[in-house]
Amino acid sequence: MTASPTVIHAADLMKVYGKLRAVDGINFEVREGESFGLLGPNGAGKSTTMRMIGGTLIRDGGTLEVLGLDPDKDGPLIRANLGVVPQQDYLDEELRVAENLTMYGRYFGLPYSYLRPKVAELLEFAKLTDRAKANVEELSGGMKRRLVIARGLINDPRILLLDEPTTGLDPQARHIVWDQLYRLKERGVTLIVTTHFMDEAEQLCERLIVMDNGQIKAEGRPMALIREYSTPEVLELRFGVGRNEELLPQLEGIGERHELLADRLLLYVRDGDAALSEVARRGITPLTSLVRRSSLEDVFLRLTGRSLIE
Amino acid sequence: MIEMGRSLLFPSLRSGNATGVLLRAWTAFKSTSWATVASGFMEPVLYLLAMGMGMGALVGDVVGPDGNPMSYAAYIAPALLTTSAMNGAVYESTWNVFFKLRFGKIYQVMLQTPMGPMDIALGEVGWALLRGLAYGVAFMVVAFVMGLVTSLWALLMVPVALLVALGFAGFGMGITSYLTNFRQMDVVGFVMLPMFLFSATLYPITVYPEWIQWVVKVMPLWHGVELMRGLSIGYVTWGSLGHLAYFLVMAGVGLTLMTLRLRKLFLR
Amino acid sequence: MSDLPLTRPLTRESMASAAIRRGVLFYAETWIRYIRVYALSLGLVAVVQPLLYLVAMGVGLGALVRGDVAGVSYLRFVAPAIMVSTMTAAAMGEFSYNITGGFLWNKGFFAPNQTPIQPRQIAGGVIVACCLRFTIQCLIFWAMMVAFGAVDSALSLLSVPISLLCALAFGLPLMAYTAQMKREHGQLNLVQRFIVMPLSLFSGTYFLLETMPGYLQWIGWVSPIWHATQLARVVCFGLVEPGWLIVTHVAYLVALALLGWVLAMRFFERRLRD
Repeated sequence: MTASPTVIHAADLMKVYGKLRAVDGINFEVREGESFGLLGPNGAGKSTTMRMIGGTLIRDGGTLEVLGLDPDKDGPLIRANLGVVPQQDYLDEELRVAENLTMYGRYFGLPYSYLRPKVAELLEFAKLTDRAKANVEELSGGMKRRLVIARGLINDPRILLLDEPTTGLDPQARHIVWDQLYRLKERGVTLIVTTHFMDEAEQLCERLIVMDNGQIKAEGRPMALIREYSTPEVLELRFGVGRNEELLPQLEGIGERHELLADRLLLYVRDGDAALSEVARRGITPLTSLVRRSSLEDVFLRLTGRSLIE
Repeated sequence: MIEMGRSLLFPSLRSGNATGVLLRAWTAFKSTSWATVASGFMEPVLYLLAMGMGMGALVGDVVGPDGNPMSYAAYIAPALLTTSAMNGAVYESTWNVFFKLRFGKIYQVMLQTPMGPMDIALGEVGWALLRGLAYGVAFMVVAFVMGLVTSLWALLMVPVALLVALGFAGFGMGITSYLTNFRQMDVVGFVMLPMFLFSATLYPITVYPEWIQWVVKVMPLWHGVELMRGLSIGYVTWGSLGHLAYFLVMAGVGLTLMTLRLRKLFLR
Repeated sequence: MSDLPLTRPLTRESMASAAIRRGVLFYAETWIRYIRVYALSLGLVAVVQPLLYLVAMGVGLGALVRGDVAGVSYLRFVAPAIMVSTMTAAAMGEFSYNITGGFLWNKGFFAPNQTPIQPRQIAGGVIVACCLRFTIQCLIFWAMMVAFGAVDSALSLLSVPISLLCALAFGLPLMAYTAQMKREHGQLNLVQRFIVMPLSLFSGTYFLLETMPGYLQWIGWVSPIWHATQLARVVCFGLVEPGWLIVTHVAYLVALALLGWVLAMRFFERRLRD
């Protein structure tokens, strides 16, 4: 990566709720134009980190610089540079679709003469032009999410914070959202995405940190992380309730590593098909079997011993 | 179990398990909402204290239904009981039902069980009446202690208060079925306020020109107030029977409206 | 995305500074939009409510009252008091469920919170928009009083700021209370029943506080409604009130409003920054 300027710099960042260390001394940097991910299960501290970046949550320790400014001191100026797409949409159900964008723009002091064409442009971007006068309640989940993304763009932000952008959406709606985000990235907007979906992280993020219990477990590009913490392929075997563990000794020696999950057995291997033949050669017949490429899910499993989605 | 529906009226709307709603209301009452419910009793009592004492000093005696003078407190007490029965029933059947529908989503869960919309409606009305009964009895005790109850007929005021509540509750739910936004709830208050102010609650309607009097006499609250005021001093006439008939009809019409609108209310 | 690049008319610095300077007004705009949706019913209430009360209490109940009260007809006596309690009721409406809604139900406060606007400005915007509504409503009420012949001096126009002050003296502490509520399970109904109701009944609205037995008079003394009512009576028909008492009325109302203001700001800040 060429040396783009750093837009976010966190060092020993900390947020404590009573005894719970929601964010426990994390360090990371984000460069301009990058798409940066925070991957981890619910409660890992991702949303807390996002809110501290926006200055809507006061940190308890460490330093945090956003565009060279301290969010706790220069919140308004930082937020003038940010677009925020929160996990709960926070759409205003008492206002209509277009009004949601207009009033949001007013919070940035933008004049109506600017907002009129800008709102039309953003509605077009969100494919909601024909819904401009609709009530927010009438929109589907995917439409709402597109509207929230459009809302976050009203001030032409340099950095867009997306908290679980596709959680709760059906697969088709997810792809539309992802497509929107690629376009923004092409325009040079820095994207910061939290997610607990490994496919979303792989699709959207050039670089990511894997978080668990408020700490960073690993950092890097998705492919590099997979290469470092997993094998190229995974063989998934199911033997039925309670039998997975029983059969484990007979599979000894196949693959570099294994993980025993509640419903299946994962064997980490170089060549999945070859491993499956070896299983058959030993006379073991699973109920189902699946060969797949390693994913960030496997990285997380390796790092924490737990699944991303629980 | 499956056959159960056949023996019932409106089998498509109910399973005969309205007690489920009562049970939920009672459970919620025990755990959280008891203070709200208990506080409902305060309203008429405070009105009676404030207006009875404060206004009583300015007004002195007024002419009662039988033509004899009575104290101002004794004059307004039956009217306050009637109004509180109306308010309680309307609050329960409009605001509370609407709120549970929109925000609590309590009914949605209930409707996933064999319970039908009519069970819910009957349960809600039943709960409102139980509350009304408690308020009525409590108010009567206070009125008795204050020496405002002078006739055995006054015991009938409690069941009549329930009838008043029933009449308003059915209508309230019917109206709620037409509302889409809670701001529209203002409309309900908009009808209730003039009814309270003009229905001979705090002063006789004879102070107004005859045409206004006739408008007031069309309104349900006036009939309730007149009926209750007569009962409170044991002055029962054919007119009392007319007022009673008004409320019996109103309760019938209200419950019919409610039944007809149930689908719209709960299954949208 | 359409690729026509719209030039940003404001730099990021000027967006931030516009929000810092005028954020209160920006948020007030949103609140005014909410009100606009039900402006018709509000307008109707603003006109019809005083009409009903003045006819029912001033004329109807007044017909029962023997002689003058505090030296004037019952209508003149009760009209300014009704104006004050009407505005208090309006404050109860605006500063209760709407605030809970903003934090708990439709969460309307959280979207502006992501923008350069600060939590105190969100609270301030709500207050400004409500004050606008109250002022209009007060002016309509005052015009009604003039039409009924319940007031006839220019001085009586001061009842407008007095009612507004009462609405804030009651409304801002209520706003502070609602802003810190973590969940709503009927507390506001309790406030209505145990605080607003008794306060409005025992605040000398329909009769002089002195006619109440002494053990009930203290309710009037703590009630902003009584203090504002007395002030409104002084300006509307020249109720005789000693100077120190007038000062006390004003000071008490201002103190309550300020206390509510400070607490509301603090709770908004805490709620949106933690």
